Amino acid sequence: MSDVNTRIQAEIDSQPVVLFMKGTPVFPQCGFSARVVQILSHLGVPFKGVNVLEDMEIREGIKAYSNWPTIPQLYVKGEFVGGCDIAMEMFQSGELQQMLKEKGVETQAEA
Amino acid sequence: MPMQPAEIEALIKSALPDAQVTIEDLAGDGDHYAATVVSESFRGLSRVKQHQMVYAALQGRMGGVLHALALQTSAPD
Repeated sequence: MSDVNTRIQAEIDSQPVVLFMKGTPVFPQCGFSARVVQILSHLGVPFKGVNVLEDMEIREGIKAYSNWPTIPQLYVKGEFVGGCDIAMEMFQSGELQQMLKEKGVETQAEA
Repeated sequence: MPMQPAEIEALIKSALPDAQVTIEDLAGDGDHYAATVVSESFRGLSRVKQHQMVYAALQGRMGGVLHALALQTSAPD
């Protein structure tokens, strides 16, 4: 596996929930990335933000890795969940909460 | 060169002939659109797979000349 795929795999395996995004969870630099950060924060899900703006190799490599042309990209327990649209749709339908529970990811819904 | 809604629709329909496609221009700048695509070929597929089919139909424009395409896909009821 090429170096970038190895690095991507390491990021994906580093935490149960990983979000490849533009910017950081504290300073998202793209509306779509910010929206997924809001969803995860609202659900109280600990996650790792990977700022693709700081690493062009990962920014392009992740698109080939998942065969998904855009950022953000959400991964739960190593599985590619989707981008902003799908995360939003799954959150609104409750499927995201269901999937997190099934995969044993704790969520502390904000009080 | 920004894309026109008709061009997006034509590309999607060339790959998914039965698709009903509605396109909404989100920003008027030719690269932020929302689209709903309904096609029998989506039946039984995960959302990720459905969206990947639409991206494939756009032949690499997604994420390039087409910066944002908010997608809603489904099979007919």
